[in-house]
Amino acid sequence: MDSGSNSEAVFIPAIGWRRWATDHLMTGLSVLTVVIVLVPLFAIFTYLVYKGIGSINLAFLTQTPKPVGEPGGGMANAIAGSAVILGIASLLGVPVGIGAGIFLSEYGRNRYGDVVRFVSDVLNGVPSIVIGIVAYGLVVMRQKHFSALAGGVALAIMMIPTIARTTEQMLLLVPHAIREAALGLGVSRWRTTLSITLRTATSGVITGVMLAFARVAGETAPLLFTAFGNQFWNWKLDQPTAALSLQIYTYALSPFDDWHRQAWAGSLVLIVLIVSAVAAVRIVVRRGRLAGA
Amino acid sequence: MSNHAVPRPRFTAPDPERGSPEGGPKAALKIETTAPLLQGKVSELPDAVFGWTMRLCGLGVIALLGLIVYQLVIGSQLSWHAFGWKFFALSDWNPVEDQYGALPFIFGTLVSSFLALLIAVPLAVGVAVFITEMCPTRLKGILSFTTELLAAIPSVIYGLWAIFVLIPIMRLYVEPFLGKTLGWTGLFAGPAYGYSVLAAGVILAIMIIPIISSITREVLTVVPQHQREAALALGATRWEMIRVGVLRNARAGIVGAVILGLGRALGETMAVTMVIGNRADIAKSLFAFGYSMASVLANEFSEATGDLYLSALIEIGLALFLVTIVVNALARLMVWSVTRGQPAKSMA
Amino acid sequence: MGVGITVEHLNAYYGKTQALFDINLIVAANHATALIGPSGCGKSTFIRCLNRMHETIPEATVDGKVRIGEFSVYNGTSATQLRRRVGMVFQKPNPFPTMSIYDNVAAGLKLNGFRNRRKMDEIVHKSLDSAALWGEVKDALHKKSGASLSGGQQQRLCIARALAVQPEVLLMDEPCSALDPISTGKIEELIFQLKEQYTIVIVTHNMQQAARVAEFTGFFLLGKLIEFDKTEKVFTNPSDKRTEDYVTGRFG
Repeated sequence: MDSGSNSEAVFIPAIGWRRWATDHLMTGLSVLTVVIVLVPLFAIFTYLVYKGIGSINLAFLTQTPKPVGEPGGGMANAIAGSAVILGIASLLGVPVGIGAGIFLSEYGRNRYGDVVRFVSDVLNGVPSIVIGIVAYGLVVMRQKHFSALAGGVALAIMMIPTIARTTEQMLLLVPHAIREAALGLGVSRWRTTLSITLRTATSGVITGVMLAFARVAGETAPLLFTAFGNQFWNWKLDQPTAALSLQIYTYALSPFDDWHRQAWAGSLVLIVLIVSAVAAVRIVVRRGRLAGA
Repeated sequence: MSNHAVPRPRFTAPDPERGSPEGGPKAALKIETTAPLLQGKVSELPDAVFGWTMRLCGLGVIALLGLIVYQLVIGSQLSWHAFGWKFFALSDWNPVEDQYGALPFIFGTLVSSFLALLIAVPLAVGVAVFITEMCPTRLKGILSFTTELLAAIPSVIYGLWAIFVLIPIMRLYVEPFLGKTLGWTGLFAGPAYGYSVLAAGVILAIMIIPIISSITREVLTVVPQHQREAALALGATRWEMIRVGVLRNARAGIVGAVILGLGRALGETMAVTMVIGNRADIAKSLFAFGYSMASVLANEFSEATGDLYLSALIEIGLALFLVTIVVNALARLMVWSVTRGQPAKSMA
Repeated sequence: MGVGITVEHLNAYYGKTQALFDINLIVAANHATALIGPSGCGKSTFIRCLNRMHETIPEATVDGKVRIGEFSVYNGTSATQLRRRVGMVFQKPNPFPTMSIYDNVAAGLKLNGFRNRRKMDEIVHKSLDSAALWGEVKDALHKKSGASLSGGQQQRLCIARALAVQPEVLLMDEPCSALDPISTGKIEELIFQLKEQYTIVIVTHNMQQAARVAEFTGFFLLGKLIEFDKTEKVFTNPSDKRTEDYVTGRFG
């Protein structure tokens, strides 16, 4: 093809028109996909803020829902309920998850560990509603009523595989030489694992836990028939309990405009809580580093 | 014996017979040796207990899977004995008469999920290709962060937004347009209420783009640089280089990423329930109301009266569980074959 | 005070592969013994058998008898207890990255339950002194992390850390191979002085180093101990031709 060396004349690409055009077309299409993908993200976040910000006031954060149809009221009980359920889930899920992670990295570099690893990854893909069914059978049917405990159990089941895998990865990043140094000093193996290996990987492990936490904080499906929801305050662990995500769901489907308004407010609160949890972790983790480390 | 290839080392080592080396020891070196640590027996017990506790936790993970299978199988026994395989072939879902056929839900789940893939895959792969191959380095971090932000939004919030923003857009603009242009196919016919299988497909697509995109990105990054260089050295344009040097190598991984997205779409509950219309019908048109397996569980489980009703629902749960497990296992195998066992980090 | 080490019929394996063949030797108390030999000859494996670090590798096994003083290494004593009497310094300095200098040195004490704060301060001071590091770090003991020191300083920190536990034996696996000549020189001086109090076994690639610091030298080749004698004899008048070949640089 022509080399296009004539500077003032018409541009002629050296590789030929078709290839040149295809190349630019593809680049353009790629940029287009990015734009298309970013549009809903932008749309959702701005709409969320726009619709929700006006409704977050003291009343919303401190009151319980008013009777059906009456305007006003808030989601205080749902926020508290979510905290309780997440607390139970963390209490059950975090220790087991970290323990499984320690197993995988320190005791599981073998076939048994491979099985656990595989099962863990499989569990990560189980739909959350199915986990709800399991928790229902496990807890609700035994106790004969919905409860915060059942909700906590469901969420804990979801947290465990995630935390196990991230903990394993973080522990594997700790150089073997560090473990050897501790063992060489005559430190017992369990002490080495906890005080040296885990300690060195602390920031990574915490990040993994918080990410698992943020993921289950927004879950609704597994709570539908475990915690079930509640229009009133409830601090008892064995009674139906409100949760922020459940409340948003109920209000979104309702025919009342006021409840729709509150659903937006609740959504904004939920997103803010999730994002701040992740951000807080990053700040704490960064500050915990020693000078020169 | 003295054929030196190299001069012998200068010998300055101390004579062991003479004992003390030159430059005597500093007095300060003599630490009072009360040997505080040498006393006391070190028990092996704590190590053993710790080891077994950790192994127990690992076992706990496997036990969880067993628990899930157990609960689902036991719970669905009643329904299985009542209907057998026909459960999945019949389309009559009638709790009043205790007749349960799950076909409408299977249909709804499959249609919405495949529709979602159709929309999401080109977009997700496009974004991944852009970020890894075309994007200026400064933008990379921001772009990957924002696409992963999409993954952090809870399902119920997607649903909420879909009800008040997406559905009206579908009803007022998209569906009439599709009806006019492609209505002859029969896929876009009938009354357009906004709530539809189509809407479910669209919201699902938005939700699975992040996961397909981030796995694809990982898979593309793993392709060795020399593959790209080889293509460029032969005179390929950038797109040709990507097509031949990168995408071709990462094919298995991308398919894996897509299948993972499928797995996620199959199990997605809340957003789908809020937009799909929730009617147990099988219709050709995408504008029609539909019902997915996850949705019927979400809607009817807490109010299921009667053991057979509950058992039928649990059987749907079992089916959903099995399908997602197989799909996910398959997907991971394909991704693993490309990335060689590094677990994909964005599995959450 | 240091103690002597007796090794009888020691064999070591990595899975099915045998790495050490019937090693017999005696390490003299309060002296430095060097182990030399070409890469892969088993000297590192040997030294790691002395404090049972060898078995921390999956599928690694050992048989034979090792006695440190009156203490039998492989018969019924816990490895953890053994390692408190035998200190180890590794090839690449490995201070604990999340700990300060003080905590690094005190790690062996703290993690083993030692509580007396004042005594600990004293031990840390003396250990850093012994390692010739005190002057350089005394103002930043708690402020700087172990990993912020230079390579030579880190290795001396590791030596101080090993000394703080007051072992009887100090094992050093090529401690200077990752260091510059000046740091190497400082550490060699250290070994010279430490011999008074401890029994030292040092693996080294550097024959001149062995010649400089050790009274006894053992030559390993392909997992076997070829020759073990006073350093002077090994270097000037070796009994075995293979030793002679190695020492004059014909191979390795």
